[in-house]
Amino acid sequence: MARRSMRLSRLNPVIGSSPMIAVGLGVYVIGIAFSILLSFTDSKLFASFDFVGLQQYERLWKTSRWLVSVQNIWVFGVLVILFQMTLGYLLAVFLDQRIRQEDTFRTIFLYPFSMSLVVTGLVWQWMLDPNLGITATVRRLGWEDFEFAPLVRQDQAIFGLVLGNVWNGVGVTMAIMLAGLRGVDEEIWKASRVDGIPAWRTYLFIVLPMIRGAVLTAFILQCTQIVRVYDLVVAMTQGGPGVASQMPAVFVIEHLQNRQNVALGMAAATMMLVPVVVLLFIKAMADYRAVRRAGAVRP
Amino acid sequence: MTTTHALAPAAARGVAHARGARPRRLTPARVGVYAFLIVAALFFLAPLYVMVVTSLKTMEEIRLGFLFGLPIDLTFEPWTRAWATACTGLDCSGISPGFWNSVKITVPSVIISVALSALNGYALSFWRYRGANLFFGLLLFGAFVPYQAVIYPLIIFERELGLFASLPGIILIHTIFGMPIITLLYRNYFAALPEDLFRAARVDGAGFWMAFFRIVMPMSVPITIVAVILQTTGIWNDFLFGSVFAGRENMPMTVQLNNIVNSTTGTREYNVNMAATILTAAVPLAVYFVSGRWFVRGIAAGAVKG
Repeated sequence: MARRSMRLSRLNPVIGSSPMIAVGLGVYVIGIAFSILLSFTDSKLFASFDFVGLQQYERLWKTSRWLVSVQNIWVFGVLVILFQMTLGYLLAVFLDQRIRQEDTFRTIFLYPFSMSLVVTGLVWQWMLDPNLGITATVRRLGWEDFEFAPLVRQDQAIFGLVLGNVWNGVGVTMAIMLAGLRGVDEEIWKASRVDGIPAWRTYLFIVLPMIRGAVLTAFILQCTQIVRVYDLVVAMTQGGPGVASQMPAVFVIEHLQNRQNVALGMAAATMMLVPVVVLLFIKAMADYRAVRRAGAVRP
Repeated sequence: MTTTHALAPAAARGVAHARGARPRRLTPARVGVYAFLIVAALFFLAPLYVMVVTSLKTMEEIRLGFLFGLPIDLTFEPWTRAWATACTGLDCSGISPGFWNSVKITVPSVIISVALSALNGYALSFWRYRGANLFFGLLLFGAFVPYQAVIYPLIIFERELGLFASLPGIILIHTIFGMPIITLLYRNYFAALPEDLFRAARVDGAGFWMAFFRIVMPMSVPITIVAVILQTTGIWNDFLFGSVFAGRENMPMTVQLNNIVNSTTGTREYNVNMAATILTAAVPLAVYFVSGRWFVRGIAAGAVKG
């Protein structure tokens, strides 16, 4: 009897965490393996197991829609990270100046993130409307040849998406950076004041390297969000004009839903996994090195 | 995989204020600081302002092209139309069905995902068994994986079970994708709880379930609030899963909003569209403004979620 209850109590934690085990194994191991497996088949509308080797990948890298998607995600990603890092750090630094109404400002900078990217996309689509949006308003004010309507131009649509994404997400970067700034030792500031170093130089050359943990966190969050960008594109440009603002995530869903080419979609999804795995690997290595370095100090 | 470990204390510090006294004199540099912040604030507020004024204008007034102008001829008709009669294709019942669908999806999804994640986090923190960390690592991996890499197997899985395009189907999906980050949230919170309290309970004979319900959960009110806020806004704002897994009958508000605004038939009614957009954003906005700092805490830990 005692023995039985012993065994049962050992089993309870496993039962308690069975949802986690099921999702971890079922979705993230079996699911991903299945997706990758399908990318080597010729599945169309339904999954089939006629293997065709790397044929789907060869096709994928000859599909112009995919090539545009890949180019777009790089341009989008680099610009979004550039703007969010710079603007996020600037906002954090300015908020760190012992200002009045700090909470109000922070609430304003962060509220867009509480809203859906669909909402973000639709609002900016309206703001950037070529006939009635910002363009029209500025023209009414006298600048007759002013134009700011990136969404209807093939070569600029991607910049419209960057604008929407930065508006939505920069507050998060700001919040992470600000938390980092508040963790910096006050002594650093005293020392740099004694040495007569201007505040902006201290922020750029001394404090910024000190909060690299916050910067890395913000960077990784941004990367995972960028790879996933879907809602914003669908709401704001539907991938257009033409295929000008196509993205990998949209490509995959379209091939699953409308184009009924599961295998090609899965090949694309597998390609989307690659940068994430590489990034996680780099992050794991960085953590490992940090732990080893700190190992001597920590108990 | 310690991204969010670093995040937890940062999130706690995120609400700390700048130290020291506020400078009293207004130097040119101070004026510059405020000027920058105010310009930035205007940039963030502009779309919200435009949404509201557009939704209160008539179409004739909108066609004049003054995006930022206050409504001259104030009207609330776009709001009633957006709620009750705006069209998606042939269906003209406004966005209200989407609202109720989102409620029906969000409420059970939040309850189930938070409850299961709390249990996961509890088992991970206080009852470490062999292999637990491996499963947790897999789950965390899920916080970073592009959804597209697992979406099709889940479609097949739900089709086989007959859950695809149903309310339980979409709730299951939200439970699955909410689990990584919320489990992490609970695990980090439990790691900071005094273990002695828990040990004492075990000495007194409390088993796995009793310690969970009687000791641990009552101490977890703050983190549960954060988790509920995070999941409520996240699930309400979801578009991808709703459009794939919910089916026509249970289409959430975001999907319906997109269908209304981006429908290619008929003339575009910008005022109705903006009213519908505000209505869709209203729930998460309300959560944000009411919960304030709780939301900030959640965001820092939960921004992993795309």
